[in-house]
Amino acid sequence: MAETFTFGTSLASITCHAWNKDRTQIALSPNNHEIHIYSRDGNDWKLADVLNQHDLRVMGIDWAKNTNRIVSCAADRNAYVWTQGEDGKWKPTLVLLRINRAATCVKWSPAENKFAVGSGARLISVCYFESENDWWVSKHIKKPIRSTVTSLDWHPNNVLLVAGSTDYKVRVFSAFIKDVEEAPTPTPWGNRKPLGQLMAEFKNSLTSGGGWINNVSFSSDGNKVCWVGHDSCVSIADATNGNTVIRLRTGYLPFLSCEWVSPNSVVVAGYSCVPLLYSLTADNKLVLSGKLDKSQKRESSGITAMRIFQSMDRNMRTENTDTVVDSIHQNAITSVRIYAGDKSSASKVSTSGVDGQLVIWTVEQGGINGGMRNLQI
Amino acid sequence: MRTTSGRTTAWTAPQSGPDETEITTLLTQGKVVEALLSALQNAPLRCKNQIVKDHALNITLRVLLSIKSTQIDQAIDTVDQNDLIDVLMKYIYRGFEIPSEGSSGHLLQWHEKAFAKGGVGCIVRVLSDTNRA
Repeated sequence: MAETFTFGTSLASITCHAWNKDRTQIALSPNNHEIHIYSRDGNDWKLADVLNQHDLRVMGIDWAKNTNRIVSCAADRNAYVWTQGEDGKWKPTLVLLRINRAATCVKWSPAENKFAVGSGARLISVCYFESENDWWVSKHIKKPIRSTVTSLDWHPNNVLLVAGSTDYKVRVFSAFIKDVEEAPTPTPWGNRKPLGQLMAEFKNSLTSGGGWINNVSFSSDGNKVCWVGHDSCVSIADATNGNTVIRLRTGYLPFLSCEWVSPNSVVVAGYSCVPLLYSLTADNKLVLSGKLDKSQKRESSGITAMRIFQSMDRNMRTENTDTVVDSIHQNAITSVRIYAGDKSSASKVSTSGVDGQLVIWTVEQGGINGGMRNLQI
Repeated sequence: MRTTSGRTTAWTAPQSGPDETEITTLLTQGKVVEALLSALQNAPLRCKNQIVKDHALNITLRVLLSIKSTQIDQAIDTVDQNDLIDVLMKYIYRGFEIPSEGSSGHLLQWHEKAFAKGGVGCIVRVLSDTNRA
């Protein structure tokens, strides 16, 4: 059963969201320069704090669960690390990203001692805390990125970084910072470790252009990378299998977000407004193994003026022609986060999107067989 | 998609496009589905020469328009088995750009049936792909 929430009275889109460790608080941006922190109170959400430091739209938020720090980045080219004071209020620290275009995405590394920021400046800033100067500094990964970095994800070893870009390519880099960490052990992606070393590069499509990469994700063991692009495809590359790419051309609108929920299945969501579960079969095929949104066609439950205007707002229409989409999300889903469990075994995921709703879904695990039950032929 | 046919269209496809004489022969023999497959498999999608592309378009359109409405379903099934629905969709859309007598109506039937098979993703890939038909 899916739980749906809206925050405050606004129906603004949720640009991105992030959870704290015990999932009692959520940080989200209502599609402007602010970050709102809500605390859960039963079925209600109470506004706990407004993080108001960015000048332009917030593009990415990530919450380091163990060190309880929030990092945010925005179109104003800045990133802030927020720490909670004793009064419960969040205090920002500016990070020197040294970029001349908007920052687009941000992710804490698993050890939470560094984070990476992707940007329109065709580079990735890998940031870490320099205790000598009491300051967050960054090092750049530039080559061979040729366009905006849209998404990032860290390998569980805290060193490798995967980046998706609008140049239709997915790249795995080393983001090793020798000042703050020990040399990593080799992985199937390779041994070379200096910062910026390109470990692997995948085109979205070998046979055609393939469109922008919208999101990337490392699997729980770090040996596979999943990505979704603007050509409605889901792709998985496997480093233990000679970097072969398994690509599935789906019949849906493009996906904007993907997340692993078990060692061989991913949840993807996007412009189709429904989160879908894709799984790798034993013979290395990618198949649709379930739909998280099981809503059927809706019965009309009385039309009120309020409902009509809400629906127009959610779908960003100016004319009132028709009404509701037959799914829980009423507009594109822009982000998927794990709510319960982790990448190796997630039982719940949360999605947020352009309709301003946050939905928490139950993922039916139990491998392929569990998922197959929902498969509709 | 790493299938044999996908590979054929992309890597070994002659940049000169489909073989007109072969397709004409197939058409006169009434082997319309084979003609369509041949046209789509040899589509010069990565070719940069617009004349070659236009020539391929004309041939493919001729094949599409010579397949009767009753044969479309069978043709689409074969095209789908060979993983060429996306290529077919590209030509359907390109075909709308240069209408001739009755062509658009026929192409709409093609579109309806290709859409039923490939879903909306197939249309998205026509829009997002940089290799145009």
